Amino acid sequence: MLKSREELDAELGGAARAWLDEALAEAAHDAEAAHDAPRPGASPYASPPWELRYAAAGRRCGPEHADSVRSLLLVAARATLPSVTRLYEQGTAAERRAVLLTLHRLDLGPTALPLVEDALRANDTRLVAAAVGPYAADHLDPHAWRHAVLKCLFTEVPVAAIARLGERARGDAELARMLGDFAAERTAAGRTVPEDLRTVLGHARRTPTGPTTPGAAPGGVARTAPAGADAHRATPTPAPAAPAPTEES
Amino acid sequence: MRIFDPHIHMTSRTTDDYRAMYEAGVRALVEPSFWLGQPRTSPASFFDYFDALLGWEPFRASQYGIAHHCTLALNPKEANDPRCTPVLDALPRYLEKDGVVAVGEIGYDSMTPAEDHALAAQLQLAADHQLPALVHTPHRDKLAGLHRTIDVVRESNLPPEFVLLDHLNETTVEAAADSGCWAGFSIYPDTKMDEDRMVAILQNHGTEKMIVNSAADWGRSDPLKTRKVADAMLKAGFTEDDVDQVLWRNPVAFYGQSGRLQLDVAAPDPLHEGNSILRGGE
Repeated sequence: MLKSREELDAELGGAARAWLDEALAEAAHDAEAAHDAPRPGASPYASPPWELRYAAAGRRCGPEHADSVRSLLLVAARATLPSVTRLYEQGTAAERRAVLLTLHRLDLGPTALPLVEDALRANDTRLVAAAVGPYAADHLDPHAWRHAVLKCLFTEVPVAAIARLGERARGDAELARMLGDFAAERTAAGRTVPEDLRTVLGHARRTPTGPTTPGAAPGGVARTAPAGADAHRATPTPAPAAPAPTEES
Repeated sequence: MRIFDPHIHMTSRTTDDYRAMYEAGVRALVEPSFWLGQPRTSPASFFDYFDALLGWEPFRASQYGIAHHCTLALNPKEANDPRCTPVLDALPRYLEKDGVVAVGEIGYDSMTPAEDHALAAQLQLAADHQLPALVHTPHRDKLAGLHRTIDVVRESNLPPEFVLLDHLNETTVEAAADSGCWAGFSIYPDTKMDEDRMVAILQNHGTEKMIVNSAADWGRSDPLKTRKVADAMLKAGFTEDDVDQVLWRNPVAFYGQSGRLQLDVAAPDPLHEGNSILRGGE
């Protein structure tokens, strides 16, 4: 979890704390200056000083604090869309992750969605996990959000990483259908169905306002499918082309 | 046996190589940025490549239990192409990143004035960012190129112990050792060096500041050459400790001067052993 300035101050040594003070002051100064105005004579590749500190945060404050420090820098700089886009596009995986984890704390509205969409196309599971936070819960449209959930299941990112999962999945019949089809495909291939799939399916089968509706599950996957062989044997009715589960599954 | 391959171009290699390297004892590597075989036409092409060396490739390596670091630079060949030289302006941003343990590969290809400029400028960048430098010595006119490289290093603000002179052989090892720089040897199936010649060099010149790499890339090369040198050393009578010095402690000491080596990568998940990268769409 991201730590507050106060929590960091309590944990950082003197040199790291002093470095963080200077870095945050530089970021705040940049926030006061005209954002992203081209500097006369500057190389198009030159960077504001605080963005260089953004890269060095882990070495200065410890890798375990890198996300928190980078997030504080983005907030202090009141980072704009061009700034977060640059830091994301030219960032290491860790730098990208910190951008994704902070988007909901910046005044960006839905404009930074292309960064989330980029991360959700990635195969790096650290980026996928960071992309399904509060900003995605607020702004991803239903189709993209459902695919984000499926991506987590595919790449074994724990669905606990998905912000407001229960709220957004609740009563989502289309999501339930997709999960059922996914389970059928896995079963047909003789592969196990991820445990987390049942968690999401449980949410999707709840009615928008009420408790779970027995038997209302689209897709035909057993509603309370237990772990183990039973889950693998679930036969999805809307996928008639799928072969019957094999003995091995 | 633990092995650190201090020069290998994993972008050009498959996940089978990662698995075989892990099984051979490779636990850490450094991937220097270099020429792709196909000329780049803009700085943006370099940035995509640098980003891959800082993002995707370390992730790929970590899935096979290998710590991945990189060196970044404008390479000697493309230092001659004015479409590419603006990369020098963007390097300060990249050289601040975790995972960058040196400036490199820099050095000479054809020994042109443009290469002189890029080499000197990037040695200064290394000094500015407290990073070592990985210096490629030219394939053609190697000994003259080595002397000219050492002259430029002497004129720079980078101390010789922060410089690794790479692709050395019997004709260049003496001058490289006398310079105070680290000495790197690339072991190839056909060219450069082979493991038996490498053992002979170690017998003649000792194991101090000697570094061995596979330099495996998109050409005919072998990512397990580091292990083969280790085996040849043992067969020739070197001790396990000698092997550990050349194949692990020396590269760790050289790149460790960056203060950025992180060697604690978890062992690969047995569930994924032999499996492909999780693709999200497979």
